[in-house]
Amino acid sequence: MAAPIGNIKDRLFERATAIFAAIVLGLTLLLFALLLRESLPALKKFGFSFVTGTTWDPVAETFGALPFIYGTLVTSVIALLIAVPLSVGAAVFINEFAPPWLKGPVAFLAELLAAIPSVIYGLWGVFVLVPLLRDHFMKPVTKLFGWVPLFKGPVYGPSMLAAGVLLAIMVVPFILSVSREVMATVPQRQKEAVLSLGGTQWEMIRIVIGQHCIPGIFGATILGLGRAIGETMAVTMLIGNRPDILFSIFQPGYSMAAVIANEFTEATGDLYMSALVAVGLVLFLITFAVNIAARLILKQLLARASRGI
Amino acid sequence: MESIAFRRKVADRTMKLLFLIAAILVVAPLFLIFADLLWKGAKELKWSLLTDLPHPVGEPGGGIANGIAGTLTISGLAMAAGVPIAVMTGIYLAEYGKGWLASTVRFCVDTLAGVPSIIMGIFGYVLIVLPMKRFSAWAGAAALAMIFIPIVIRTTEEMLRTVPHSVREAALALGIERWKATLFITVRTAWSGIVTGILLAMARILGETAPLLFTALGNQFWQSHLDGPIAAVPLQVFTYAISPYDDWHDKAWAGAVVLILMVLSISMAARFFTREKKWKT
Repeated sequence: MAAPIGNIKDRLFERATAIFAAIVLGLTLLLFALLLRESLPALKKFGFSFVTGTTWDPVAETFGALPFIYGTLVTSVIALLIAVPLSVGAAVFINEFAPPWLKGPVAFLAELLAAIPSVIYGLWGVFVLVPLLRDHFMKPVTKLFGWVPLFKGPVYGPSMLAAGVLLAIMVVPFILSVSREVMATVPQRQKEAVLSLGGTQWEMIRIVIGQHCIPGIFGATILGLGRAIGETMAVTMLIGNRPDILFSIFQPGYSMAAVIANEFTEATGDLYMSALVAVGLVLFLITFAVNIAARLILKQLLARASRGI
Repeated sequence: MESIAFRRKVADRTMKLLFLIAAILVVAPLFLIFADLLWKGAKELKWSLLTDLPHPVGEPGGGIANGIAGTLTISGLAMAAGVPIAVMTGIYLAEYGKGWLASTVRFCVDTLAGVPSIIMGIFGYVLIVLPMKRFSAWAGAAALAMIFIPIVIRTTEEMLRTVPHSVREAALALGIERWKATLFITVRTAWSGIVTGILLAMARILGETAPLLFTALGNQFWQSHLDGPIAAVPLQVFTYAISPYDDWHDKAWAGAVVLILMVLSISMAARFFTREKKWKT
């Protein structure tokens, strides 16, 4: 029996959409396969020492990516240390204290921050943030606390600290919006319960939001980490691009994304190119793992909230 | 007793103040950045910026006209490739997707959305620049499309899911074939939301620099071929910013103003689209 004509068209349309979905699957696999294929020569030659080696010397064809991994992690951690308290505090303010007419505009401004292209952050960072930090923060601090290894001079300006501060500004909108979402899932009744027992608003926030939102804020933090790790332009322009592992955050460093951005077009020789793609592969795998962790945490939390627990 | 109440009150006030300060600190950089853009960008912000080719160092004047054209070309190409793939995939996920393909594709979309943009640049390089042996607008567009696609798939799927089932059922009850109902009723209903997603993704890729560094590469001149290196505003801002010349720094700021106006006008258009129609159940 021939199926009715509409049925065939329906099936054709469904197939057509499925083909496009398969293209997306194919593109993802292609991305991974290309990264793997191109980085294979470097990974074969250096093996595991590619991620533990500390020497990056294109002339001698020795490639160890640890300085970049280190720089990426240090800048991201600085960014989160600044961004998380600020965004959580701002989220509490917007959700709990701000008068209704102020909520919209503040959220809109935070959204605008997310819309600024990263090269503009970099430009502003180079010409405004770096001089500001150098003259009014880093110089006085090294003068007073130069004996602390973390703040050792000399102060140049471009540094892991500068890159971290700029990254903080850039990830704030993301952590803020997820934190607000998580805080909005707190049942109103629990807040009222604390207030009705005579608690102050701060006690209400500490008890209810504190208890409810810690995992969610943790998820938001990991999400921000994923952003910070992959950010390229702003870090490239501010970190100072020096492939050494230095403990002081006032010193220049280098990040995975920055080394790819800076050296890719001038990479002479197949092994050099392969090593840079391998840095990309490591970066890809790290962000992949970080994003999966963030998604799992947030999914679990929001599912729990929707069940009303 | 008195002192405990007092302490609690002080703690309450202090924390409220801290929350307020956090909120101010969060939005303050925005004002600083915009003020600096206007102040430092004003010097070079003239008509010739929009109509002229870049001039060499030291020669006054000159513009970023080729960059504007290049950015629009690359983003346009990325969009032309990305919109059909992303919207159809979104339709698949929202309307038909069940089983292994749907869950795998959803996982892929989440993965792609988290990939740093510089890695999409490597993708464009390895896929197109290496075989063609030259930098090109195509490679830049391929890199940008990889950023564009996951964003649009997500918003398309989300928007289609906000269309109530009763709308689909009403269409099917009238005897309309399902593919027609999907395309002309469901997608049509969610259309303004889908367009918003497309515009926001467009605004995002317009400002991307990292994926273009070694795909589109940049160009001092007009480019009439898509298989050669092409200029882009974000690349010009970057090149001018890291150069050692003061007059190029001024141009970087002016270019940044142009770039942010392009990005913001599209974001605003997106907001306008969502505000226009909100589905009510």
